[in-house]
Amino acid sequence: MSTTTTSIEALGRGASPSGSRGEPEPPHRAGVRGGGPGGLARPTIVAPAFDAKWLVIGICVAFTVYIGVIPLGFLLWQSFRTPQTAAADAVWTLANYAQAYGTLENYRLFWTSMQFASGTALFSFVIGTTLAWMNERTNTPFKGVIFALSLIPLVIPSILFTVAWILLASPQIGIVNLVLQSWLGLERPPFDIYSLPGMIWVDGLHYSPMAFLLMTAAFRAMDPSLEESATMSGAGVLQVVRRVTLPLAWPAIVATILMLFIRAIEAFEVPALLGLPVGIEVFTSAIYQAVHRYPSQVGLASAYAVALLIITSIGVYFVSRLSGGGSKYATMTGKGFRPRQIDLGPWRWLTTSIFIGYFLLIVVLPFAVLLWSSFQRFYAVPSMEALQNLTLDPYRFIFDYPNLWRTVGNSLLLSFGAATIVMLVTSVICWIVVKTTIPGRWLLDNVASLPIVFPGLVLGLSIMIFYLNVDIGIYGTIWIMLIAYITRFMPYGLRYSTTSMVQIHRELEESAAMCGASWFATFRRVILPLLKPGLLAGWIYVMIVSIRELSTSILLYSPDTQVISIVIWELWENGQYVELSALGVLFITALFVLVLTTQWIGRKYGIKD
Amino acid sequence: MLVVEGLCTEYHGDRGQVVKAAQEVSFTVEEGRLFTLLGPSGCGKTTTLRSIAGLERPKAGEISVNGQLVYSSSKGIFVVPNRRGFGMVFQSYAIWPHMNVFENVAFPLEVGDRRYARQEIRDKVMRVLTAVQLDHLAGREATKLSGGQQQRLALARALVMQPALLLLDEPLSNLDAKLREQMRFELKRLQRELKITTVYVTHDQSEALALSHRIAVMKDGRIQQIGTPREIYEHPASQFVADFVGNTNFIEGTVVGVAEPAYAISAVAASGASLAGSPGGPEGSAPHDGGAGASGRCLVRTEIGDLKVHATQEFGRDERVSVSVRPEDVELSEQKPAGDNVWEGRVAQKVFLGEAVDFQVTVGPRTLLSRRHPTLRTRIGEPIWVQLDPEKCVVLKVYG
Repeated sequence: MSTTTTSIEALGRGASPSGSRGEPEPPHRAGVRGGGPGGLARPTIVAPAFDAKWLVIGICVAFTVYIGVIPLGFLLWQSFRTPQTAAADAVWTLANYAQAYGTLENYRLFWTSMQFASGTALFSFVIGTTLAWMNERTNTPFKGVIFALSLIPLVIPSILFTVAWILLASPQIGIVNLVLQSWLGLERPPFDIYSLPGMIWVDGLHYSPMAFLLMTAAFRAMDPSLEESATMSGAGVLQVVRRVTLPLAWPAIVATILMLFIRAIEAFEVPALLGLPVGIEVFTSAIYQAVHRYPSQVGLASAYAVALLIITSIGVYFVSRLSGGGSKYATMTGKGFRPRQIDLGPWRWLTTSIFIGYFLLIVVLPFAVLLWSSFQRFYAVPSMEALQNLTLDPYRFIFDYPNLWRTVGNSLLLSFGAATIVMLVTSVICWIVVKTTIPGRWLLDNVASLPIVFPGLVLGLSIMIFYLNVDIGIYGTIWIMLIAYITRFMPYGLRYSTTSMVQIHRELEESAAMCGASWFATFRRVILPLLKPGLLAGWIYVMIVSIRELSTSILLYSPDTQVISIVIWELWENGQYVELSALGVLFITALFVLVLTTQWIGRKYGIKD
Repeated sequence: MLVVEGLCTEYHGDRGQVVKAAQEVSFTVEEGRLFTLLGPSGCGKTTTLRSIAGLERPKAGEISVNGQLVYSSSKGIFVVPNRRGFGMVFQSYAIWPHMNVFENVAFPLEVGDRRYARQEIRDKVMRVLTAVQLDHLAGREATKLSGGQQQRLALARALVMQPALLLLDEPLSNLDAKLREQMRFELKRLQRELKITTVYVTHDQSEALALSHRIAVMKDGRIQQIGTPREIYEHPASQFVADFVGNTNFIEGTVVGVAEPAYAISAVAASGASLAGSPGGPEGSAPHDGGAGASGRCLVRTEIGDLKVHATQEFGRDERVSVSVRPEDVELSEQKPAGDNVWEGRVAQKVFLGEAVDFQVTVGPRTLLSRRHPTLRTRIGEPIWVQLDPEKCVVLKVYG
């Protein structure tokens, strides 16, 4: 039981129990507070009939339900409708599903998607685990620096990473291919980025920092004394790994692979840029194609989307099962300990060079190729001749780009707006979920987390369908994009808020109540300040992912509401590679500065320690 | 003055089952007194305290402070906790880590209905900080305090608004043993000086005995006994209370003779040998409780022999009872002592505790625990005489 239950009932009572108030007040009733001259004139016997906190809570709950439930409902509805045209009204149909799943063609789509997603997940998992192990459990030199540097790609937008790798490894203009061909005298380019393995390579590399982080957390959470006690019992290294380490770590391993799988199957940029030119289609690119066909086949896209949604839902369900039921596996303890590190001896230079090689592949080469290309008039492979033609034209083009500042403004407005609203709403939501005993609060948690199963493209599709059908005047405006961003990133914000909220001991709040603080005073002066580090971290995260968002925006933008990532997409479609590179270099630099600044501010004001 | 009448509080457990945490709890705390709720974990003592605080909403009952109702099920009154104006110290102290010492204590004065001038807040905070000897640390980060200092800070915060009632939820349980003892005296001194009505919750019987004016021992949501520390310790009303409040030896037996105040113990059919000469012993000739009538002596047949004991309740013949004797009341001597309840035993085990020695002595089929001064140096295996003072043997009913 907590304060809320009591207050709810108090609210329900409202003015009704005033029977006691009618009684003549005995003189000593002047105040419960004893002693001092400052007794209250007349203490409130029951909470006021209307407490403004319910307004805040009500608004947040209604908002969450609206945001979380609407898109799904309309997506399902649309998948059973024919397209509406001037000639014919939309009617109920199963034709979309028949078309989506009735042909052999589409089983190939499913199969390709699965291959791409599993390949990507496994590839990035292997990289991430190796790096995490080297970082956490070995004495590799300089690993701290390398760890920090390896996380840089987290701020590089997927579309820029993909474009950079096209410039590096396309069969026609890829630098790596040309260099290897001339060195080794090969007839054919050794790498073809426009292929399924190429897609897996690029996407796998791009998600590997995430795998690195997740597995680092898993390694850190594992109590080394469990392994040490196995060693003391006489088990050899392999036996320890097989009988103790792996069984303990497997929930973390499976959860990480599943998470990477979900990310990969939702990925839009890589399949669109690398797969579509050579006819390799996965669900996301198929949805995009269906919407952009003429006439637009929203129903078919929805039917694909439903399939994708089912796959991601199953994945998310298992991830939450694995991480939720963690109590059985004691790997996740909050205990701080210094894990024993393996002395690699001379082999540690090998691990260092693996780190450096990784850093080259994931940061240096992609950024260098973009930088190079951004100083060219027309894209040319690096050579002495091309070096003569260095120019700042692409940057001039970008700065003269019509609506550039408007675009930047849109991006900033959307990311700051989404981050702020998401963190404020989720702080109330997670307070309700974590700190109260309101029946059905778990449902609220689930509703707010629901959008996590939506791939960006599918979410964009659902929101597009909804506001096309329910015209409240926001279709084609920046507001529809703001709603989309908030919806998409609400679950992530909620995780950040919830993690901090659980750490706030119930008694910290109760003691404020005992001190006479109202709900608002408690929330403003105790809860929010204590949540601040978590809120700030969540705010930074949501801001960064919002500003590079592409797959949701791509179905929702209009010429007035372009954002930076959409401009990059359009430049790519137009074949303006050098201009794209210039914008990319500027964008990555700006994002990097933004992250450093916010983190600096965060350290300065947010986290007192 | 705090009056709690027929308080019942339930809550829903993890699996939705109803937990009846407090049932029919009634007690009164006189103005300026310290009242302790004592019991094992899960006995409902914390729930009772939280119901008084308003942090739990009771199902039934009535709670009033200084004659003013803060909760009444029949009148539909429930004052929310932030309007009750009680001070509370939580088990975790609940010191806000984002505020310094001064800000923590000033908080209650800033958020209440009554507005204080800045200077007034300063004065009040510094006064209470001085009282708990933290005035020199006012500007320090609250998280940088030691355990004992955090405890005093929590106390200062609870006291700063001069509450009508002070609620303490196991405030000493997070301290180490040495500090706990020190804070026990400090807490007692503050409470006695400020004369603030206090409800104290603890599972530590020595804390309860040391601090309280009165103690209520709780079990399974119900109060088992209310009394002064001495009453609770020396005359426990049940086996549970005797066992929970301090160590004790229980000797099971059957009542074979009931002594009226005049001590005419009914003749015992068989094996009255050990009882010879005891009726009418001069030391027990008057009921010690004075007038209760129920108090008296009786004879209990146990596995170590017939035991003359002191009874505060009525017992019938042949009733199954349990006799409780505190270890410090199990007298040991190497020479046979004169008087009642004397047996020969043998030292089975000794534990040296510094200020005392615990002896385990076998008497017939039983082993009794006795706490003696270290000057008694009888070795393990040697015979020893055991004597139980009838005044210190408390007969208790056996339930179940």
